Amino acid sequence: MNGSRWMLIILIAVVALFLVSWAIKSFPSSGVTVSWSSIRHAFFVTLAAFVTLAIFSFLYKDNPYYKFAEHLFVGVSAAYWMCVGFWSTFVGNLIPRISPGLSKFFGVPYKEFTFYYFVPLILGILLLMRLSSKAGWLSRWALAFIVGTTAGLNLIRYLRSDFISQVSNTFVPLLVQWKGAGAFFSDFSLASGGQFTLMLTNWVIFIGTFCGLIYFFFSKEHKGVFGAASRVGIWVLMITFGASFGYTVMGRVSLLVGRLTFLFDDWLGLLN
Amino acid sequence: MKRQLLLLLLLCLAVAAPPATAQTAEDSLLSGETTGALTVAPGPVSNIQLKDTDNDHGHSVTLSWEISPDDGAGLNNVIGYEIYRAPSMEGPFVKRAGVPAGSHSHVDVGSKEKDSPDYMEDYIDYYYKIRTITADSAVYAESAVAGPIQSYGQWFNTGRVPVLIFVACFLALTLYFINRAKGGADLYVRPLAGIGAVDEAIGRATEMGKPILYVLGLGTAADIATIASYTILGRVAKKVAEYQTGLIVPCYDPIVMTVAQETVKASYADAGRPDAYKEDMVYFVTQSQFAYVAAVNGTMLRDHPATNIYMGKFYAESLILAETGALAGSIQIAGTDEIAQIPFFVVACDYTLIGEELYAASAYLGREPLLLGSLKAQDYAKAGVILIAVVGFILLNFGVDGFKEFFFVSN
Repeated sequence: MNGSRWMLIILIAVVALFLVSWAIKSFPSSGVTVSWSSIRHAFFVTLAAFVTLAIFSFLYKDNPYYKFAEHLFVGVSAAYWMCVGFWSTFVGNLIPRISPGLSKFFGVPYKEFTFYYFVPLILGILLLMRLSSKAGWLSRWALAFIVGTTAGLNLIRYLRSDFISQVSNTFVPLLVQWKGAGAFFSDFSLASGGQFTLMLTNWVIFIGTFCGLIYFFFSKEHKGVFGAASRVGIWVLMITFGASFGYTVMGRVSLLVGRLTFLFDDWLGLLN
Repeated sequence: MKRQLLLLLLLCLAVAAPPATAQTAEDSLLSGETTGALTVAPGPVSNIQLKDTDNDHGHSVTLSWEISPDDGAGLNNVIGYEIYRAPSMEGPFVKRAGVPAGSHSHVDVGSKEKDSPDYMEDYIDYYYKIRTITADSAVYAESAVAGPIQSYGQWFNTGRVPVLIFVACFLALTLYFINRAKGGADLYVRPLAGIGAVDEAIGRATEMGKPILYVLGLGTAADIATIASYTILGRVAKKVAEYQTGLIVPCYDPIVMTVAQETVKASYADAGRPDAYKEDMVYFVTQSQFAYVAAVNGTMLRDHPATNIYMGKFYAESLILAETGALAGSIQIAGTDEIAQIPFFVVACDYTLIGEELYAASAYLGREPLLLGSLKAQDYAKAGVILIAVVGFILLNFGVDGFKEFFFVSN
């Protein structure tokens, strides 16, 4: 048999399985009345399971089922976000502040006329000028405004949260509650509130920050003492990334568990 | 006679019985008993001070007062205070907040949105009174009405002076180094492995006759990482135009797509190949995170790009993209300032630009005075941070805390 015939057989099998699943989900058990809503619900659950499995099929290789799910996903999401943007930004925010007539037309309560709302309206129109070959250059004004303004705002935000606050957090005492060597060694435990742990934490913060900053210093070659500090910096970064990796992977596993729960519970009904 | 004797006996008993103390009253109140003898109201708060809240955008008033004499002493039956506000001396007073016993101050913050029911208008008079409450809702004391006070916003937030100083220093450094770069000074930037790999990857794609996939991430057009990525995209597009290699740029954000189209178009013009530029090289996919990933993954497996470059802001999709690229056998170069995503790129890509290396890459590849100057300024700012950290650390370890307080930035 050639490839296209195999494809046809697989397609028929998949459609048949879909229909069987739909039928079984529509008639769950004896004694339960079948209604249009249960049939509709069964259809959507089966469809969701089919699309989920189609996406999972990518783990094997690219195939027509994945392509179908991908195109469906992209098309639906693009349309959805366009609708959300239109109704929340344009109708929800702009219209109630510029026109009572349009507010009535769209069925949103008119708030009050606010002149400033014409600024984003004009910028939006300028952006749409890209569609014209002659007036396309006008869109650059809007782009320049958006990029320049928000980059300037971000500069202040980054300086405040990522720069100044972090500098002050680096000022840590290296001898926490120091009561002498005897007391220090008698409390030589890894308990989170212990003297040794507190001191170790502060040392790691100070050395890690110091060496990390040296690693990100681009104006000097990393040689000699500078190079050694830079290597310590990259080690600190890599250990941090390792911990972050493990933590995030656990989060991803929980996402997978969520989809498997959907398949085994909502679709197949195997879980209690 | 018997009646008189009985009255005399009762009088003696009354004189001999111990007096009712504050303590017994308090105990009964706390236990929820309400008897006629316990309806003694506590003393009201006194000396209410009102002022507009400092360093804010308005719509807020700060109250302070001296607590009731029965708060923690005297009758000791105060459980808290209720703050009331009115637009006139006569009222109507509306309850704004409740604070526990022992509190000396409260900030009454209203909404700045006119259509909010909690809207607090600036530049109009407000009057306040404070009710001292007990466990019995019927037993309380009210202060005298204080006011008027008006709320208003400040033009300058003195709590953010450190930010102003750092911005001024950073701008001065940037301008100095930009001028030096424009004057022809050779500003050294150490080589980064990931940057060198960009040219190598473009060469490989050219040899293989396959396109280059450039992913700008999920950031907006104004994110610093996306801005840095535009510069790298410009450089890649110029090389691609020179070598006549294919370029695919799927975008997550429509504004990012527009800027990216402009960048690529300008690069093709710079390379002397404006005719080779096609607008659909840079296209919009969707603003749904995982739908975008699904589409880019499909592109990787169907168009087989020789090189995948991920530069910008990435979130949970980073590993899915990079793993698929590795599966497709592409050379992969990534760079992001999203700390949580760097580990995924490190394990799945051939080269990774970590955090600020992404900004350095844009300056290194662009070699423009503006970018080099700002990169140098960043370097010297880092040197300043190291110096400040060492000084602060030494001072703190010698018991001087004042230096640290300078770096406190209010909200």
